[in-house]
Amino acid sequence: MSVTAVPGKSMTLGEGGTAFAFAILAFLSLIIAAKAYTPEYAFHAYLFTAGSAAAVFAIVNRYFDRPAEPAPLFIDGKPNYNMGPVKFATVAAMFWGIAGFTVGLYIALELAFPFLNLDLPWISFGRLRPLHTSAVIFAFGGNVLLGTSFYVVQRTCRARLVGDIAPWFVILGYNFFILIAGTGYLLGITQSKEYAEPEWYADLWLTIVWVTYFLVFMGTIMRRTEPHIYVANWFYLAFILTIAVLHLGNNAAVPVSLFSAKSYIVWSGVQDAMVQWWYGHNAVGFFLTAGFLAIMYYFIPKRAERPVYSYRLSIIHFWALIFLYIWAGPHHLHYTALPDWAQTLGMTFSIMLWMPSWGGMINGLMTLSGAWDKLRTDPVLRMMVVSVAFYGMATFEGPVMSVKSVNSLSHYTDWTIGHVHSGALGWVGYISFGAIYCLVPWLWNRPLYSLKLVNWHFWISTIGIVLYISAMWVSGILQGLMWRAYTSLGFLEYSFIETVEAMHPFYVIRAMGGALFLLGALLMVWNLWQTVHSKEAAVAAAAPTLVPAE
Amino acid sequence: MANDHTHVDSVTGTTTTGHEWDGIRELNTPLPRWWLWLFYLTIIWAVGYWVVYPAWPLISSFTQGAFGWHSRDAVVTDLKELTSLRAPMTEKLAATALPDIKANQDLADFTYAQGRAAFRENCGACHGAGGGGAKGYPNLNDNDWLWGGTIEQIEQTITFGIRSGHAKARESQMPAFGKDNILKSNEIISVANYVRSIAGLSTRTGVDLKAGAKIFADNCAVCHGPEGKGNRELGAPNLTDGIWLFGSDEATIIDVIANARGGVMPAWTGRLDPVTIKALAYYVHSLGGGEK
Repeated sequence: MSVTAVPGKSMTLGEGGTAFAFAILAFLSLIIAAKAYTPEYAFHAYLFTAGSAAAVFAIVNRYFDRPAEPAPLFIDGKPNYNMGPVKFATVAAMFWGIAGFTVGLYIALELAFPFLNLDLPWISFGRLRPLHTSAVIFAFGGNVLLGTSFYVVQRTCRARLVGDIAPWFVILGYNFFILIAGTGYLLGITQSKEYAEPEWYADLWLTIVWVTYFLVFMGTIMRRTEPHIYVANWFYLAFILTIAVLHLGNNAAVPVSLFSAKSYIVWSGVQDAMVQWWYGHNAVGFFLTAGFLAIMYYFIPKRAERPVYSYRLSIIHFWALIFLYIWAGPHHLHYTALPDWAQTLGMTFSIMLWMPSWGGMINGLMTLSGAWDKLRTDPVLRMMVVSVAFYGMATFEGPVMSVKSVNSLSHYTDWTIGHVHSGALGWVGYISFGAIYCLVPWLWNRPLYSLKLVNWHFWISTIGIVLYISAMWVSGILQGLMWRAYTSLGFLEYSFIETVEAMHPFYVIRAMGGALFLLGALLMVWNLWQTVHSKEAAVAAAAPTLVPAE
Repeated sequence: MANDHTHVDSVTGTTTTGHEWDGIRELNTPLPRWWLWLFYLTIIWAVGYWVVYPAWPLISSFTQGAFGWHSRDAVVTDLKELTSLRAPMTEKLAATALPDIKANQDLADFTYAQGRAAFRENCGACHGAGGGGAKGYPNLNDNDWLWGGTIEQIEQTITFGIRSGHAKARESQMPAFGKDNILKSNEIISVANYVRSIAGLSTRTGVDLKAGAKIFADNCAVCHGPEGKGNRELGAPNLTDGIWLFGSDEATIIDVIANARGGVMPAWTGRLDPVTIKALAYYVHSLGGGEK
């Protein structure tokens, strides 16, 4: 299998092939950069050139530095876990998290004080909003999912990650996608599909990364030395597989030219809307729900040192969730050109989804039975348990809002924003923070710097979340009522601008909530930084690759 | 499930499945009954909903639901309800001539309410929700009218618009004196300062105002009048009243003379029904500057 012969060791097909592929990509993107129609697209092509060239260099450099033999799967009978990519993803998650929360705070302030866009196109709300959503969902959340999935699948399968370069390709390639997507938003490159804004070339790149992710994850499960597959891995697998299908379906587009960032979606009109929300809602269902339930299923029992409450519930609610979620998308298109029958299905499946969603909440909360006292002393566990409570609240609120008569009031109002953030800040944010507070000490092999700081983080951000969601509830319902208010003579009571004016105080409160949430996350970064750099290090700081976690 | 070796959790007394992953076990707890029954209940409710409402796609149609409910019909019903609520007053308004609306207090209130709602939905984007105007968009609260401030004139402006492309639109075009090389730049400067002088504003020292006055008489007076008082037949603004659509500083006036202005207002006929336009005319007329 050798491509190049060096005394004592040889380059594997994986190393040689990947380096070769990257060399071709570097060359190809250089040509595209030279012939690009717009400077923005040329900039992205140059980024691809630089990234590919760096990849070639890194692979070759690593080849010269590595031992002749591939990393062993077991050392002294214990699995030789590959935790380097997990560490990178954990750090990346915190980096993007802070970036995403900050942008979120800025656009919240822009809504309250519009002059803050400073008449600059790059920081106008329209460009920063997708930057915020993508940074928190895909960059922060995505890195948490990638990192924890690589951690959990190894630990619960008792097997080293499949692939040598592949896991690094997944993590670094994914973060490169984030870079392309984020800079693209600022430069005005978008295909205008919510939560799927990146253009065709970024989508293609993500497809390659994601298929590799699937193969690494699946391969590791197949390599397991445990007889059964742990429930967290079912959820991770459902997340990886479904996101792949959603991504391909919703981004089916024809580029104008190889040298242009612009493309046209193959779907049109109401079909496009339907595909978009089939994607959009299941990005919530499989990225933000299934994926983070996987985190919950590993980190809560692990931290609480209690068995999972019910194996049967985990099976039933898993399959029910998977089957029902995929139908619920049309509830985003109530009272639109979407046919009535599709709206009905979207709404009824959302209602039926209520209990399957709550199955995860029950399993998360009841796992604590016999360990409730730990909530007093362990703020990390408390964060994860409160996260599950927010999950339960958001997955009840969701079905309620999907009911057409409720939706006729809530749709297009801030209520939706509040709903999303009770799930995003409360559920996704807290379960991620909890998992990272667990992971960093485990990965870097030293105790957490300060539990007291975690406690401060918990309370500051909880107040932030409560301010945020209650402001948006009031604002959203007020907005909805003002839009539909008629005078006794039969004319609209309010003009649109009056409803905008009425939102102002709530936008200020929302921004304050966001600021507190960001402040809490900054405390977390400080805490983790101190942990990683602590002098109490039990084990010498390890190289970023091949670290046995035990 | 307990195929390996059964293990009993000492806290709950429940058996586990016998598996263990990285120290995590799973209890054999049965499904919570309340959970299961609520789940069944939501399924039964969904099936019931499918029977009542349009729900499942068929090959070239879909199940219609027991009562034939469709959202399009629901909209029609809602709109009909609203129309019938307004009907008696709307009919009265349609039959009443504009100047006579005031005489009937109920009708006046209704017309004002309709005009106010329609104004804020349709006109507020340019003229402001309160009709206060903006740069390039006239203030409708004052008594300075470009095309006339009687209720009929306002109705005509709303109906056909200004330079809207409609055959009956109000039309006029100020020449671009600089761009089209009608006046030289020093001439434009002097006439701009002359315009400021007749408006009672300060003028730049060293500018020949007499020359400006002559240029004004030769080029501008035909529309704006010999004293600059404007001409509503042509929509030519009064230049002496201290009300400026684009601004009164020298640079702005020079820009207007050099490049001309010609604001556009859309024709609302065809977009709004005649009764709504009538109500709008009444409302705008009542804002403060309406003329008899």
